[in-house]
Formats: sequence, C-alpha cells, structure tokens
Amino acid sequence: MEMATGNRALQLEEKLIFEQNSPGMTAVDLPNPAELTNVKSRLGDAARKDPIGLPGLSEPQVVRHYLRLSQKNFAIDGGFYPLGSCTMKHNPRLNEKMARLPGIADIHPLQPKATVQGAYELLDMTAHWLKVLTGMPAVAMSPAAGAHGELCGLMTIRVALEARGDARQRVLVPESAHGTNPASAHMCGYKVEAIPATGQGRVDLQALKKKLGPDVAAIMVTNPNTCGLFENEIIEITQAVHECGGLVYCDGANFNAIVGRVRPGDLGIDAMHLNLHKTFSTPHGGGGPGAGPVVLSEALEAYAPLPYIVHGKDGFDMVEHVADAGNDQPFGRMKGFHGQFGVIVRSLAYMLSMGAEGLRQASSDAVLNANYLMAELSDILTLSYDGPCMHEVLFDDRFLKDTDVTTLDFAKAMIDEGFHPMTMYFPLVVHGALLMEPTETEGKATLDEFIGVIRALAEKAQNGNADDFKAAPIYTPRRRLNETKAARTPVLIYQSEQAAAE
Amino acid sequence: MRYLPLTDQDRQDMLVAIGAPDMAALYKDVATEVLLDQPVDLPGVKGELEVEQIISGLAAKNLGSGAAPFFLGAGNYSHHIPAAADHLIQRSEFLTSYTPYQPEVSQGTLQALFEFQTQVAMITGMEIANASLYDGATAAAEAAMMACRITRRNKVILSGGLHPHYAEVTATNAKFLTIDIVTNPADPLAQEDFAAQIDDETACVIVQNPGFFGQVRNHSELAVACHNKGALLVVVVTEIVSLGAVLSPGDMEADIVAAEGQSLGNALNFGGPHVGLFAVRRKYLRQMPGRLVGETEDVGGKRGWVLTLSTREQHIRREKATSNICTNSGLCALAFSIHLTLLGEAGFTRLAQLNHATAIALADKLDAVKGVEVINDTFFNEFTLRLNQPAAGVVDALAENDLLAGLPASRLYPSDKALENLLLVAATETVTPTDMDQLVGALEEAL
Repeated sequence: MEMATGNRALQLEEKLIFEQNSPGMTAVDLPNPAELTNVKSRLGDAARKDPIGLPGLSEPQVVRHYLRLSQKNFAIDGGFYPLGSCTMKHNPRLNEKMARLPGIADIHPLQPKATVQGAYELLDMTAHWLKVLTGMPAVAMSPAAGAHGELCGLMTIRVALEARGDARQRVLVPESAHGTNPASAHMCGYKVEAIPATGQGRVDLQALKKKLGPDVAAIMVTNPNTCGLFENEIIEITQAVHECGGLVYCDGANFNAIVGRVRPGDLGIDAMHLNLHKTFSTPHGGGGPGAGPVVLSEALEAYAPLPYIVHGKDGFDMVEHVADAGNDQPFGRMKGFHGQFGVIVRSLAYMLSMGAEGLRQASSDAVLNANYLMAELSDILTLSYDGPCMHEVLFDDRFLKDTDVTTLDFAKAMIDEGFHPMTMYFPLVVHGALLMEPTETEGKATLDEFIGVIRALAEKAQNGNADDFKAAPIYTPRRRLNETKAARTPVLIYQSEQAAAE
Repeated sequence: MRYLPLTDQDRQDMLVAIGAPDMAALYKDVATEVLLDQPVDLPGVKGELEVEQIISGLAAKNLGSGAAPFFLGAGNYSHHIPAAADHLIQRSEFLTSYTPYQPEVSQGTLQALFEFQTQVAMITGMEIANASLYDGATAAAEAAMMACRITRRNKVILSGGLHPHYAEVTATNAKFLTIDIVTNPADPLAQEDFAAQIDDETACVIVQNPGFFGQVRNHSELAVACHNKGALLVVVVTEIVSLGAVLSPGDMEADIVAAEGQSLGNALNFGGPHVGLFAVRRKYLRQMPGRLVGETEDVGGKRGWVLTLSTREQHIRREKATSNICTNSGLCALAFSIHLTLLGEAGFTRLAQLNHATAIALADKLDAVKGVEVINDTFFNEFTLRLNQPAAGVVDALAENDLLAGLPASRLYPSDKALENLLLVAATETVTPTDMDQLVGALEEAL
C-alpha cells in the first residue's frame, strides 16, 4: 500500500538539501567579520563576485536530514555483513574515542618535532606491532588504502631492482586477484600478465614457472587468496620467483585469516599491504578512509618512501627529505603529510585491546566461522573448491542452474531477510561467485540464523519461485535501481527543475 | 576478549559440525614449519581503561592546537567543527557501512555523496565532481595523470606556488610513467611566468590558489594561455574555505580542480585522514578517476542513487582503469558535506570573510614588529613573513613556551637558503585577539 507521504512509519522519505533551501539561513552562528577589521580586502583581483548557490538550513533540519539518511543504510553495527574480501568486523567505539583525544586529533603534522613526540611514538609503536605480526623488518606507514599500498610496494620493488641495475618489465598477477592489483602494476609502468589457477583454486605453480624469466619484476599474490584458500605452495612460489631474481608482493587484504598464526615474512614475501580498515577494525565509513601500511623485507627496507620515524639522539625523529636519509634511498613521497594518522590510532587501540592472544584467537574464530558456513551450506549451495577454507568461503551459481534465479537475485532476496549480501561475482574465476566472509565478530546464533535463511532461500529458488527473487528487495527504502539509466544519462549533481528545463 | 562472541563450547560444537578434530586441521594447507604454535611476542589483552591510559599518555606528550596559540596551516588548517557534524558522522549507519555497492541498502550514503558531489562542484565552479579521493596531494597527482590522458601529451608543469608535498606526490606517481614533470622553483611572491614554458607537449599547468605562500591570484589569463596551446589548467586548492571569498577555479576557466577538503568537518589529525576533492569539466567525465554517484530511479519510479560509470574503475577495467583507487575518503567527505550544509551560503561566505579579516588583523600587527615583514601583496587566511633571522630557530624557541607560531619554509625546503627566513602564518576563525597579542609579543622579544 502506498502512503500519501511516501513514508513508511519509521522509514521517512528525505528530500535533497537543495530542495530544503531557506535562502539566507545558516546553522552556524559566526561573529561579524566587519567588527574585526575595517581595512579593505587583500584578495586583489581575485575576490569572488557571484553567489555560490549553496542551500541554507537550520541546525534541526540538518540533524534530521542526516539522521533520516543514515536510517537508509545497512551497517555492521546493525547486522550481519558477510561481504567477502572486505572483513566487515566490529568497529570498537573505543577506537573512535582515542582518535578524538586532545593531543591526537588536534595536532598539526608540521609542528616542531619536539611538540609531537607522542605522535611519533604512537606511529613507532604501531609499526612495531605490524612488524612483529608479519615477521617483517620494516613498514612504510603512509599509504592511504590497500590499492595505495600496492602502488607503494611495487614502487619499492621497482626502485630496489633498478638500484641493482636490473630493471624488469613484467608483473605476474593471478586471475583471481583484486582488480586493484593489475591497475597498480600498470600505474607503476609494468606490463601485466595473468597466471592461471589450478582446479583447486590456487596459483598454478607449473604455469607460473613457465612465465618466470629475467624480465619478471614481481608476482602479486594474494594469500590467503580471493577464493578463500591458503596458497599451499606459497613457499615454492616465493622461492621460484626469488630464484629468477624477482620479488614477491602479497595483497594483504585477507590477513585476517592468519594474524598470529602465520607470518608473511616466513613465507618469503617481500612486500605486503595491510588494510587497517579490514584486519585491524577501523571503520569503513561508507567507503573510507582506510590505511594501507606496507611491510617490507630486508631486500626492500632501504627504499621505503618518505616520511618515516627513526630513533634519534633527542627522542623520535621523522625523516622527511631524501637528503636526511643517510644510506637509505627512499623513492619519494606517496601522500601529503604523514599518512592516515587518525586511522592508525584506531588500529593501535584495537591491537592493544586484543593483545597477542586475542589477535590469534580472532583469526582462528574467523576461520572457524567460515568453515562452519561451508560445512552447513555445502550440501545445498555449490562449493567452488574443497576446504578447509580460510576466513571466507566461495560458492558459485551452479546451485541456481535452471532456476532463472541469478546470484544477483539471490543477494537481493537476502536483503529482505535482514542480511547484507555476500560479495557477488568476485572472484572472476568462478561463475556467479558468492563469497561469504563472516569474520570473528559473529556468534554461533547469528551464523545459525543465517544458515537457516540461506538454506530456505536456496530451496525456494530450486522450487521455482524465480519471480519472487526478481522482485526482491521489496522492504527497502528503494527497490531495485536502474543502473543502466544512471550510466547512460549520467546525472551526477543536483539540478533544480528550472535549471534542468533550460 | 570483549570483541569475540564465540564461547569455548561454541567452538567445540562447530568443530564437530565441521568434522575437524581441532583448529590445526583447518590450517592444514599451511606448512607446519611456518605455522606458529604460540602467540607472537607482543603484550596481552587489555581492558578499555588500560588502552585509554596508554594512548592518553602518548597524547599528553603532544602539544595540541587546542592547548596553545596556533598559527600553522600549509595545507592543514585548524577550524571549528560544529558539534552536530562530528556527532552525525558517528551514526553507526554511516560509520560502519561499506562502500555502497548494494544501493537498496545504501541510499543514505549514496544520497549524501550525491549532495557532496554537488556541493564540491558548486564551490569550485565546476560542472561535475567525484565522491572523493584520499587527499589533496593524491588528487593533484591524479589530475596530472588525467590531463595527460586527455591531451595525449606528457609534460606537466608544477607551479612554484604548489605545496611541496603535492609536487612530490605528483612526481612519485609519475615516476614510472611516461610523464615529464617540470617543477618550478619556490615562488613566494607568485611572480612566475608560465608563458615560455607552455608548449605543444604540455598536458597541463598545475597552480595552487591561494598559493603555498599565501598569495591569491586570478589565473584567468593563465587559463587562456594554456588553452591556446591545447593544454589544461589544473587548479589546486588546499584551503577550501577560501572559496567563500575567492574567485572559484571555474570562474578562472580551470579544467580540473584538485583540492583538500579537510578544513570543513575534519580535524587536523596530524595530517590524515583528510579528503581529496576532484572536480572537472563535464566533457572530461570518462577520464575521471574515483567513484561517482549518479541519480536514477527504482522499479517503482522513485528517485534513488547508485554508484555509476564503474567501467572506468579498476574492479571492471583492471589494468586499463583510469586509476587504481578503490577505497576513498567517504566518511571525511560526509563530514565535509555536513559542515558545509550547516554553514549554507550565508555561513560559508561569512566564515571565509571572518578568516580573511582575522588574517588581515594579524598581518597588520605582525608587519609592525621590528624584524618582521609581510611579503604578500595578497592573501586569504595565510601569509608569509620574512624574519631578520632563520625562522626555524624562532619557531622552536616559541614552541618551548607553548606557542605554535607557524611553519618555517625551511621545514619543506631545507636546501633553499633564500627561503630560510620565511615563516608561513595562518589565522583562521579560531585565532583570538589574545592569541595574536601573544604571537606579536613573543616575536618582539625573540627578534
């Protein structure tokens, strides 16, 4: 039934801010600048002449606007979010509190070094935890996110190879890799080549060996991989790459499966980014900000980017210029200032809370939860590769064969049951992928409820109710959205009806 | 451990269901010699109170902008953030949701980002904007690469008034691409003449306004000079509040705007996370990096929003993508947008005027101090002083008395002796008359 307002009880329709404009209104009361000075502008011939056209709203309107918008989002705080490859784990509020402390949130990156010793120490302490957990001697702290870390790691590799007079051209990337991997390699000026997977969902070592040669700079391997599996030949892979003079980059997006259990440094990895917004519980924030520190092996340590912390004679110091790097050869700067400090603070609060045992238990629980889903769902969904899996489990759409229900339809039906869908259609190596990552955040009761729902939906699909799936979701603020229309005639900013008519 | 809901009994029951004797069986694909049988050598579990004590202890070793007269800027500004903005971004549904790939359960984030894109386009005077990049420096680097794709040229000219970090990040990104970066020497007086530099190979000129040393310029003529040679003009803005008082890059006919949005809604955070703003002419849409939110309708004909044009992006195009960016700065973009919504036209322009007036008042006071000269003919809320001695020593001495006087140019240009006496001073709305008097008094004493 349609309501006169379009509202449905607690779910309220909300116009754009531009449609709520009271010209001249503001929710921020500021002193009158004229009282401060009576001298004229110092803007020269660059003073703004025309109005901007921003809407004016009062504070209650603004608060209500964003509150109503927030209520149209699914969030990990509200429910199970088994989005494979994304590690949607609990985001402790302690992290938020720590990041907002005076002396943390209100310090400037270019203050005199003596006035930010605590910040340097915090960066150094976080770096220590990351190095011990990965078994690596160094870490570049400034990359802003996973893909940024990939670029950082590859640049470090390229600079290190060039420093030994051995510039190389190719980077090998498994078919199942995240799209960021080939994109990052391309931005580093490399030619990208795909490595096929075995029937067991892992890097095909023999195929890899055939592709190795004197012009291979690196392999970018994800371990555990995007099929949710540990690369059981990882040591042979890294040895083979090293033997031909190449280096090994590891996409650390799936580190949550092995924290405290396996150190990448022991596997022969040379560089690996850590998504602090996945493994170390900092919030995803609807798409960022993240942080992607890159741990580095001894072969790469000297080439890490600026800036970095050193222990000086008067406490901590930060190396910000190549000229101050001594024997090191930093390849440059990846990001303005010092990186994602606020995110790093949150990750430290998490690591300190968990401790060594807690981190190890968390990865075990993440793996246990994923294997539990595998055990309870494999008879009704179609498992892509035999287990055990790591922290995520991959199914494909063979169980939907001849039902006219697609992976997308299945995902949308899950929404109506109150669950966020798993990752769909990734990795690309299986058809209609359904990648489920429960994380350690979920208790057994939640998993059992989820299992029940998935089983019921799978049976429903197999019993010929495709129309119900095609119609889903029906209880969301909006039903299926027309993505084709959005792409064909892009409307990317608001235009008033009047402006649109012109 | 308070974040882990499984009980030992649950774990046992689940292992039985799986048919595994123990956890080691689930890690059987890991070679035994690399499988750790003990926790690593790090401290144990801590309660909230203990963690707060440790991190508060570290915080106490820092001198925050809230605890001292504060005049630093240089691309990272201390502004007052309305209480509602920081409260609203901590709504669980914004804070703890993922990228809005499932639009039916993400309309809140999507609508907010659509509003953000519109606000960014409006204040920069551009036709479209994306849903944010990491920060201003990486946005500048993306702008350089985008200009090269559009023009199919490979020379990028960086103004001497561009923030040195932005220039360094742009150079780093271009390091292994066929892009030739020409970085002009530091230009405190904004007197550089690009006319001779722009040639048929030039993809773009990247200028910053207000410049790193605070100078404000109308770059309209530079835009014409670029366009006459088939090059693009990229304008960088590191103090976004300036656009409430200064001509927008769009007014100056810029083609791409790469900006830092930290000043609205986001704390200093020791330099990050911040929020990169990226706005362009509509005709360049397909070459744009980053996520975009577009308007559409649902099957019932109701207006809604989705992520769109993802065929530019890495998860579809892989190595042929316009950029490798995936995660952006969503929550910082939301903070920016909420702050700007709270301000509205009246508040935003008044905030800009207030910043400008505060800086004028401070500049006039400092210019009267013996041994101090304001070098700018124009500025917005930040300007450069020439002291009668190296600025770094003066700033360090003042910091010992809990006064953060500004940024000595030598911190970012350590090898340029001509800049040794220069001190960048910013004055936002947070600077009080008492703060100003303290800085004036301290400089009178020190010089």
